[in-house]
Amino acid sequence: MKKLGKQTLQLDNKPTILNTAAIVGPKELNGPLAKYFDKCVEDEFWGEASWEKAESKFIKETVSTVLGKADVSSSDIDYVFAGDLLNQCISSCFGMRDTNIPFFGLFGACSTFVEGLCLGSVFIDSGACKNILCATSSHFCSAEKQFRFPLELGNQRTPTSQWTVTGAGAVILGKADNGPYITHITPGKIVDLGIKDANNMRCSNGSGSFIHTFCTF
Amino acid sequence: MNPTDSPKEYGEYVKKKAPNSPILKDCFNAFWVGGLVCCIGQLIFFFCKYKGLDETSCSTVVSISLIALAIFLSAINVFNRIGKFAGAGTIVPITGFANSIVSPAMEYKSEGYVMGVGAKMFTVAGPVLVYGISASVIVGLLACLFL
Repeated sequence: MKKLGKQTLQLDNKPTILNTAAIVGPKELNGPLAKYFDKCVEDEFWGEASWEKAESKFIKETVSTVLGKADVSSSDIDYVFAGDLLNQCISSCFGMRDTNIPFFGLFGACSTFVEGLCLGSVFIDSGACKNILCATSSHFCSAEKQFRFPLELGNQRTPTSQWTVTGAGAVILGKADNGPYITHITPGKIVDLGIKDANNMRCSNGSGSFIHTFCTF
Repeated sequence: MNPTDSPKEYGEYVKKKAPNSPILKDCFNAFWVGGLVCCIGQLIFFFCKYKGLDETSCSTVVSISLIALAIFLSAINVFNRIGKFAGAGTIVPITGFANSIVSPAMEYKSEGYVMGVGAKMFTVAGPVLVYGISASVIVGLLACLFL
């Protein structure tokens, strides 16, 4: 592993994405990517009493799906890197509660998942770890509740209000002979370009303050 | 030229790319739905008067009825759909105020009746109450002193 330039790390030992899983909600089911998801859930509550509990269930089920697909038990996972949009990464914490895997909680807003991949691949590249789990979740309803207004409020969304995904994704990183490999990671810097419209999260979070983090495969 | 060179250029770039609200359509819908809400209120008023109530009581009944209607529609998840269409037409009248208190109460019910419903009920309407009541106190004091 060595540093290239100012921001990039080159990984020499080919950390590999061994398996992936994604479970999503009803809006994603109707989107163009529907066929790539492992499961689409039509009920936004997924049988739970609150959206936060539903989000926890999304990440929990996604993790058990990816473990099942990779045929790895949770005791073979060295560390998990997980995060979400809610206070104290609450859905990841509750989602991971029963897995008994050492846990790193991350918050990087939109970049949380790639942040997890970056850090996890460094752990694999170091040679100290065999399997790393990276996971993230978000839920449209819990995010609206936390960052905007209650869903029952009769207001109008501005045309630049983005829709938060309802769903969760997980990958297992390890080492294998065939890829996809993670070869380089380039974390972004915070760049504040002064967009103050809190509803326009893509411009104010995503690129107004750039947190563009790249993993190069 | 890179649009991310400076905040000013980026601001202009975002402004150019961001879709605008359909103001004419929004105004039109707000106008006729808001008007309709007022007509419903006026109908209730006439009905009460016809039944023999005095004018002050009629106004009170109108407010109570519209608030109850807005709360009912919020509870069955219809008000937010009307609000998405009508915007200020349903937010500005007393219906919007009722909705702004009921919607957080519904949303935060999952966090319990004390710390959820009780504590979060006024997250949307709270500022209106704080500054509305403060302003009325100041106006009242001024009226008391100078009139």
